[in-house]
Amino acid sequence: MSKELIRLRDLTMEFDGERVLDGINLYINDHEFLTLLGPSGCGKTTTLRIIGGFLTPTSGTVTFDGQRINDVPPYQRQINTVFQRYALFPHMNVFDNIAFGLRVAKVPKEEVNQRVNQMLETVSLKGYGHRSISALSGGQQQRVAIARALINRPKVLLLDEPLGALDLRLRKDMQNELKRIQQAMGITFIYVTHDQEEALSMSDTVVVMDKGRIQQIGRPEDIYNEPKNAFVADFIGESNILDGVMLSDYKVRFFGRTFDCVDKGFAPNESVDVVIRPEDIDIVPPDGGHLVGEVTGITFKGLNYDIIVDFKGFKWLIQTTDYHGVGESIGIRLNPEDIHIMHKSEYSGMFGDYSSYSAEYDELAEGADDEAE
Amino acid sequence: MKKTGRVLTILIFIFLYIPMAVLIVGSFNEGKSLARFDGFTFEQYAELFRDQELLQLLANSLIISILASSIATAFGTVASLGIQNLGPRMRRTVMRLTDIPMTNPEIVTGISLSLLFVFVGTKLLGQRNSLTFWTLLIAHITFNLPYVILNVMPKLSQMDSSLTDAAMDLGCTPLQAFFKVTLPEILPGVAAGFIMAFTMSLDDFVISYFVTGMDFVTLPVEIYNYTKKPIPPKIYAMFTLLFLLILALMIAMNLLQLRSDRKKQLTAEQGGAR
Repeated sequence: MSKELIRLRDLTMEFDGERVLDGINLYINDHEFLTLLGPSGCGKTTTLRIIGGFLTPTSGTVTFDGQRINDVPPYQRQINTVFQRYALFPHMNVFDNIAFGLRVAKVPKEEVNQRVNQMLETVSLKGYGHRSISALSGGQQQRVAIARALINRPKVLLLDEPLGALDLRLRKDMQNELKRIQQAMGITFIYVTHDQEEALSMSDTVVVMDKGRIQQIGRPEDIYNEPKNAFVADFIGESNILDGVMLSDYKVRFFGRTFDCVDKGFAPNESVDVVIRPEDIDIVPPDGGHLVGEVTGITFKGLNYDIIVDFKGFKWLIQTTDYHGVGESIGIRLNPEDIHIMHKSEYSGMFGDYSSYSAEYDELAEGADDEAE
Repeated sequence: MKKTGRVLTILIFIFLYIPMAVLIVGSFNEGKSLARFDGFTFEQYAELFRDQELLQLLANSLIISILASSIATAFGTVASLGIQNLGPRMRRTVMRLTDIPMTNPEIVTGISLSLLFVFVGTKLLGQRNSLTFWTLLIAHITFNLPYVILNVMPKLSQMDSSLTDAAMDLGCTPLQAFFKVTLPEILPGVAAGFIMAFTMSLDDFVISYFVTGMDFVTLPVEIYNYTKKPIPPKIYAMFTLLFLLILALMIAMNLLQLRSDRKKQLTAEQGGAR
């Protein structure tokens, strides 16, 4: 693994007495693609703005390459930013926007021309130099913003929800494009998003945040497979979260049954949150199941059906490729590796119940729409 | 109903522009009376440009209005930047305070400024003659400031504040960021503020009357003295020229506004169409 580049130590931030960051500790390695992921208002953009130098933390330190940079203004940091709504300069054309940083740094004219043209090629905008910003599509503006930030050859690129304004297809293309640019140029990316899929597919490291605190840091697979608490489990993908009791190592009891699992290291009889991912559940005939429930809802999702199944009053979400009509009685089997055990947290009981399935979907859609921090 | 509206509109325009029309016609009249048109001539204009005294007054007025509006534009723009950075509540309060001088009766502003200048000049600085060119200039800057702020503030609040962040992110000091990014963005507002301040300054009589000294008299103040006797027709010629100057400035201002609106609309359409 490459060396550490940025470290945030005990970072807190308050606006008018309201605490928006609460004890952030994080290090970022050179060449890493790190994503700050969380719902709106979780503090991810604030964290990014502190790294960029636009905000000074209330307490704690920011170090860059071992140097404390709390009070270093943005124009003296080797960090550049792609802003949320691009913040392109409307009175300049594409070329002048990209050349801006070089001209401020008084780079000789021939070198400016050469580097801007090369950068235009990198972001697939060759021949667009003379265009005015208002004549570009959203995706093209996005590329200009990236080119403008990269031309100064920063050590770190900060990206604040850069794909939020693009439609789905374009977003997928740009995700690949960004990943390609990051690898080609060998630059550290710190990426802010509320889109968990984007975070999982692009990042080396995902930092899940909520309420100004880091909930979990890890590789995308670890975050998905071993969520630390109910918030992470729910925010990263769909989860059924149940109350359980850890009887001993590898034995957990919930729904009046004891199951084998792969977790250990809990106190005897500790009450825990049990996470079961909807896609891990095997559907079997009622008489062969660990649990038996009744289908109460079904939605076609393209790849699969989302079905809601009532187990003794607690509703689960199960993803299956087979059709099961409403009212049908089905059994399920759970393998030990399908059961994830988490310690109880402040989020216990808040997530993972699909009794009000449709309402929750609306809520998710709302959260995804606006990210105004 | 529609017809009445149209008639009324025409009537309003007649009332608004008839006086100017009379004056302009009068400026080309051979005779001295406004009541009878004796024949077309440019003689009044020739007369005007031969009158050194009048030209000096006109120059005085232009000097004071250009100086005052330029300084007010610089101060007002900087003040707007400061106001923009205040919290929302303070910003509203300050904006209201800067609006008041515009609605304040000019005579009140004029007399209070005059009292202030005399007090500071004679009591504090011990001067015998405290009303001078400088007091006139300060007074003009003072009453021009709110008009500049009024025009610049909306442009500042329309501007995406992350533009300044972006400039600093790319290596600009705050000062460089202002000149390279902020100023070009708010320029239409700054220009409109300057033009408005200039026209206010150029035709100001009431405030100038109270704060100017004997050494520096502006055109409107002197013309007030003229009106006690019959007005020589060359004055009509000058008024016509001034009217055309202001008209040209107003048209320029509107064109500026139109252009920036159209640009914004274009941007909005582009944004929507993506």
